[in-house]
Amino acid sequence: MRRSLLFIPGNNPAMLQNADVFESDGLILDLEDAVHINEKDSARMLVSHYLESKQTHSLEMIVRINGLDTPYFQKDLQAVVCQQLDTIMLPKAKVKDVLDLSKMLDEIEQTKQISKEIKIIPIIELAQSVLEVNELARFPRVNGILLGAEDLSTDLEIERTKPGLEIIYPRFCVIYACKAQKIDAIDTPFTDTKDEQGLSKDCETAKMFGMNAKTAIHPNQVSIINDVFSPSEKNIAWAKRVIEAKKKAEASGLAVFSLDGKMIDKPIIDRAINILKKAEKFQLL
Amino acid sequence: MKIGVAGTLESSDVMITVREADALKITIESIVFAYFSEQIHNTILSTLREMNITNVHVLCQDKGALDYVIKARLKTAIERMKQHA
Amino acid sequence: MKNSLQREVPVGFKPFVSPTAFQKKPRIMIPEKNTNHQIVFFESLEAMFKEMGISDGMTLSFHHHLRNGDEVLNQTAKVVEKMGLKNLHFAPSSIFPNNACLSSLIKNKNITSITTNYLNGDVAKTISQGYLENLLIMETHGGRARSIEAGELAIDFAILATPAVDCMGNGTGSLGKNACGALGYAIPDLKFSKKVILVTDTVVDKIDNPEFPHSYVDAVVVLPSIGEQKGIVSGTTKITTDPVGLKIARDAAKLLHELGMIKTGFSMQTGAGGTSLAVADFVKKQMLAQNIVGSFASGGITAYYVQMLKLGLFEKLYDVQCFDLEAVTSYRDNDHHFAMSSSEYGNPMEPNPIVNNLDFVILGATEIDLDFNVNVTTDSNNWLIGGSGGHSDTAHGAKVTIITTNLIKSRMPIIKERVTTCTTPGEDVDVLVTERGIAINPKRQDLLAQLRNSRLNIKPIDELLTLCYQITSKPQVVVHDKKIIGVVKYRDGTIIDSLYQVKK
Repeated sequence: MRRSLLFIPGNNPAMLQNADVFESDGLILDLEDAVHINEKDSARMLVSHYLESKQTHSLEMIVRINGLDTPYFQKDLQAVVCQQLDTIMLPKAKVKDVLDLSKMLDEIEQTKQISKEIKIIPIIELAQSVLEVNELARFPRVNGILLGAEDLSTDLEIERTKPGLEIIYPRFCVIYACKAQKIDAIDTPFTDTKDEQGLSKDCETAKMFGMNAKTAIHPNQVSIINDVFSPSEKNIAWAKRVIEAKKKAEASGLAVFSLDGKMIDKPIIDRAINILKKAEKFQLL
Repeated sequence: MKIGVAGTLESSDVMITVREADALKITIESIVFAYFSEQIHNTILSTLREMNITNVHVLCQDKGALDYVIKARLKTAIERMKQHA
Repeated sequence: MKNSLQREVPVGFKPFVSPTAFQKKPRIMIPEKNTNHQIVFFESLEAMFKEMGISDGMTLSFHHHLRNGDEVLNQTAKVVEKMGLKNLHFAPSSIFPNNACLSSLIKNKNITSITTNYLNGDVAKTISQGYLENLLIMETHGGRARSIEAGELAIDFAILATPAVDCMGNGTGSLGKNACGALGYAIPDLKFSKKVILVTDTVVDKIDNPEFPHSYVDAVVVLPSIGEQKGIVSGTTKITTDPVGLKIARDAAKLLHELGMIKTGFSMQTGAGGTSLAVADFVKKQMLAQNIVGSFASGGITAYYVQMLKLGLFEKLYDVQCFDLEAVTSYRDNDHHFAMSSSEYGNPMEPNPIVNNLDFVILGATEIDLDFNVNVTTDSNNWLIGGSGGHSDTAHGAKVTIITTNLIKSRMPIIKERVTTCTTPGEDVDVLVTERGIAINPKRQDLLAQLRNSRLNIKPIDELLTLCYQITSKPQVVVHDKKIIGVVKYRDGTIIDSLYQVKK
């Protein structure tokens, strides 16, 4: 259950040090695009030590390793898989990659005696991945899927725009695949870090379609993303009233009841429960 | 002579230069020397011990890096030194 | 001798007792100046020096309204050097990096005493290293006004940069090629110095409503240039872009909202730093969203406040100093943009200084300790890097004083068990806002009660310190040099702390 994930360049100590103050639900420590080829070794060592520097982290710890088509991913995994790691984010993910990665994680978890199952977030950055997204969502370790529209646009040979008409289809593919498996549909980043209104609008659109979360590429984006993808005060208040009314109805032996003149049945009750679950997780109650 | 360098002189980072030598020598330059020189020294010593390295000159140019950063940069510098042709 | 905060006070000075001790003291004022002779015009500072008889051992005062673009202080220093004058007491209200030439005068004993409210750059380094013969005296903006009116800071010659002067000898900051707007810090010097010299580069026909009426003036020096107007603007008067600073500012604004402090008729002041200004920006957004109009904003005025005034978000601005050229223009043209002298601003002996009417003030710190004492004068190694300015004045007067700062800067925790130098006493500091938590002074049980159900990350200050140590590890204890090279005067003239020489 996420709203915001903040990308942090893995080789930047100043940014790592402060990464957790921005109140994102998770951090994506990046060993891939944010790190120069000559510094891959430096970055993975730094991220590895950052993870191990605390007993527990209050945010989800995600590492974006280099893709399985690079010479770096093996060393990345050996360095960063540890008790404090929660999730591996896999670039240019295809079904075969996630299968291989799952097996590698099986091995490393056993060797290093890690007591949890490390999750995978595949990034949809290729046309082929869009076509395979339903299968990707079914992997046991996969608990979220990220749309990477910038690289996907390159693969599709199209231009990426702010209104985002060109990515409506892949957005929906990710959303449907994720909702069918009840995992997080995570939206592509908004790359204009100075345009707060544009970010807000993009988030609202993504939310309207069914995305649960979005990645941030700058700390200043986090609070806007959190605001849009959190249940609103209005919705929380409504959900509380629904549950109250439900309790009263049950006490009187009624299965169906009305609130504000509207009939409240199971789907609506489920929605209210979901809202309150999120509100509790994000400490909005 | 084998040399390894890792890290940068950016704020909160540390640049570590290691050089194969006959004995152990640690030189620390830090913007917070008065307050953390001992801690930095101990971090470097314990990391070298962990890696079983004794015969190096370590130059540590610190801009306020935390312990885990110093450890990571030192380890990377040592690995790079080992691979130095 | 130790004062009430257990800090050292050199012999011959009165120890700080409490921030309210001044209330029991009478207001002492020497007679105001009145010049009843013809004002003399000079074409050079040297000519003025010789004619007016400036000699060894005298006290010369200056204001700092042209900030890092000022040339009057530097030109005066050059004349002193040329004439070989010795043992002078310089009292500029602030010293900036572009005044570096003073360092050689200090080393050569042309200047042997300095009284100022703020200093950084080369002169600060020189004094930190112990080159000033006598003790450096640091005042607050309000305290300096008090010292001058009481005759404690006895000024022989006030040498006042004046953007425009008329033939009668009236002076103003609003006109001239180097207009600087408000001249608040110069007013006590104007009224209570033995001799007042205006130094200008622009002579106009007639000045209405001069800040410097000619009845106070003895002479005018007309130079080709008194400085560089652009130099008024410095890096610290822009909103921060640092994401950590913005997060701190956002939380400070949320805190203000939860305390119900953004309401109709409220008043505020923010320090000049980037994070403080970011708070002002978030407050502005709240005001616009809720249609709130405040009564006034005060302090050093920047373009941000000018904008808020134009938008009708405040009824008035009280300006002691213009921090940029938009403020200078607004000062000149906008009827709701008022001047205030440093005395009206923060002199504790004034019946109702502006600071006493502030609902809240947002300030910075280089250090804060477990008692909430704040240091804005030195860094942790005793280097002089600033000074109270209006810090202690506003902290005392405002209903709620909020310090916004990073918790950790380059591995150094901002929270100390005991500050290296105490500038503002903890009794006057209410809230600390950092990126990893907010601490409320236990003396403010009322604020703690109001924030009982807050979702903000509020912790006791010692817990924040423990958190610091978990991240940075505990810093070694450093023993500082014991040689005293100056004193920090509180607003009432008592000594709140001493200043020490840096280690060689």
